Amino acid sequence: MIRFSKYIWLYMIISGLVLVPGVYSLIRWGLRPAIDFTGGTLVELKIDEKTINKYFLATTVQKTSSGTYILRLQEGNVTIPASLSAAVVRDETVGPVLGAELLQKTTTAALIAIFAILAYVAYAFKNFKFGVSAIIALIHDLLVVVGCFSLFGHFYKVEVDTLFVTAFLTTMSFSVHDTIVVFDRIRELLKRGERLPFDDLCDKAMTETVGRSTANSFTIIFMLLALALLGGETVRWFVIALLIGTTSGAYSSIFVATPVLTLWDRWEKRKKVIFS
Amino acid sequence: MFKDPRRVFIIILVLTVLAGYIDLPGTYHPGFQIGSFKKQFATKFGLDLSGGTQLVLDANMKDITLADRASALDSAKQVIERRVNFFGVTEPVVQTATSQNSYRIIVELPGISDVNQAIALIGATAQLDFREYTNPAASVSAATTYADLLAMTKSVGITGKDLKRAQVTFDTTTGSPQVAISFSSDGAKKFAGVTRRLVGKPLAIFLDQMPITSPVVKQEITDGAAVINGQFTQEQAKNLALQLNAGALPVPVTVVQKETVGATLGASSVTKSITAAVVGLTIVALFMIAQYGWLGLFADMALVVYGLLTFAIFRWIPITLTLPGIAGFILSMGMAVDSNILIFERFKEEKRAGRPWKVAMELGFGKAWDSIRDANFTTLITCTILYNPGNWQFLPSSGMVRGFAVTLFIGVLASLFTGIVVTRTFIRVLYKEKT
Repeated sequence: MIRFSKYIWLYMIISGLVLVPGVYSLIRWGLRPAIDFTGGTLVELKIDEKTINKYFLATTVQKTSSGTYILRLQEGNVTIPASLSAAVVRDETVGPVLGAELLQKTTTAALIAIFAILAYVAYAFKNFKFGVSAIIALIHDLLVVVGCFSLFGHFYKVEVDTLFVTAFLTTMSFSVHDTIVVFDRIRELLKRGERLPFDDLCDKAMTETVGRSTANSFTIIFMLLALALLGGETVRWFVIALLIGTTSGAYSSIFVATPVLTLWDRWEKRKKVIFS
Repeated sequence: MFKDPRRVFIIILVLTVLAGYIDLPGTYHPGFQIGSFKKQFATKFGLDLSGGTQLVLDANMKDITLADRASALDSAKQVIERRVNFFGVTEPVVQTATSQNSYRIIVELPGISDVNQAIALIGATAQLDFREYTNPAASVSAATTYADLLAMTKSVGITGKDLKRAQVTFDTTTGSPQVAISFSSDGAKKFAGVTRRLVGKPLAIFLDQMPITSPVVKQEITDGAAVINGQFTQEQAKNLALQLNAGALPVPVTVVQKETVGATLGASSVTKSITAAVVGLTIVALFMIAQYGWLGLFADMALVVYGLLTFAIFRWIPITLTLPGIAGFILSMGMAVDSNILIFERFKEEKRAGRPWKVAMELGFGKAWDSIRDANFTTLITCTILYNPGNWQFLPSSGMVRGFAVTLFIGVLASLFTGIVVTRTFIRVLYKEKT
């Protein structure tokens, strides 16, 4: 049996290393909304650097890894000289009304998904402690994803678009997915009436499920990694969001959800000792 | 019949071959035909993969009464559809999206990368044009294209502005349907002059530079009321009247969103996605064998069945594949072996507990099911919300998000089938362990 519960401090440090910069960046710089939400124009051109600097301000130009340039402009002042039109790789314009509307709709969708999943967690565990621990792990994963993208946004100008929201929601279901498997085992051991301290019981459950948790996360991570490295440019950041979410989801089910559960149990016992 | 694993095994094999047949590239197979049931299978690609333009048009309904708005939007859609078809776009999609106070038309034009040309085409006021042949003796054959016809004729100066209305009537003697058109007083004068000049000659009517009819003038018409008769069916006459009336878009529209993806970006995205899928799958397959040996190989076989089956479902429905959709599919492949991992880990445990392998295997399948169901349920919930099947206006209905949700949803469902039924059957029929 692996003594997972001995190293809770280590898991806290690891999570902290990711969460603190992410949350700091989120508060300080926020996220970079894409034109999906703000409205505006995005044009990707295949062009050489000299020409692009001649026509456009450098601040609006971003070079991609495939040698093309992305321009972000406010709607209305798009003036691409006709002589350049042959080199357009991508051209997107979203009206401001539509952007605001989409923002509102995706927020609604996210809220509904969150409530649906919370309801499911409540139903699946029928136990306050398990439910809350699963939700803390969920919040941990979402903060990791959003925090990372806040940092990416600040340092690499990565934008948050509709697909990011999709990845965000998918992360949510993955996070719960992994936690359920570990918690299922703890419940099973409890039901079997194992006469073990709670810490040891959790360690036993995790020792038994860690093989499958890592194996399963690996298969998903392999697929996503292949997509992130070899797949199309347009979905790269979407896949990276999913990758971060999945990794964090797998990590948190073992190193966040269960430690919360054990810490809670320890705290309850201590309380009993003091007050009894 | 499902009691005997060998029968199930054969059914799975048949299903796989069938799915494999559906998945064949289009040039290799003629589609299905069983009696009158006929189906062609081709992968439908979204605009981000095929390259093309998507426009979202907002109809300004300010001047239209509430009761008429739906029909105004619908006829605007029809006009746009006709123009798009004339433009020679293959498989265009024109659809309407209505919510409380917004009336939109979404136009998808695969293969069109010049947005401005597309907008000009769609937003333009339709031009109804009466034209005479520059050379009346010119013969019109089946090979004559619309463009040829346009070049062979010249305008007589009567346009849609001169037309008051068109309607279907019936010939009083023969009872056959015909189209009655009436001109404004100004138009009537012009029309009288033209018909006087062209008695016995054809007068072609073009809508948006596309010939819709070419009746022969029988006599001079001075009262501004003409009748076009020919061998119309009632349906044809109705359409003609509709086209003549729809000289202009019934509502002004503005472009609120446009998106163009160049064909090269789309094509390279497809190749890249396929490479990524193949590389990812190979790694997953090797990983499963390394981790579980022979059992892993069976899981890989089930994964192949899964891939063929899921792709066949995509083609059958058909699902329009977008880049996020492919990502969803690839992701679901990683998840498809998930149930196998759960089962195999259980199997190992039961064996450690001292049970014979056959019992341990069946127990593994039985006990893992609860976790598998619970774990996949949340993904299905999220996919449903993202897909927005009720088309609710308060939820997003973006094509990209939907593409991802639908492939992931189908993928998860299919993986439940292959991960459990298919793998179990393979193992029951093919696997033996020394006792």
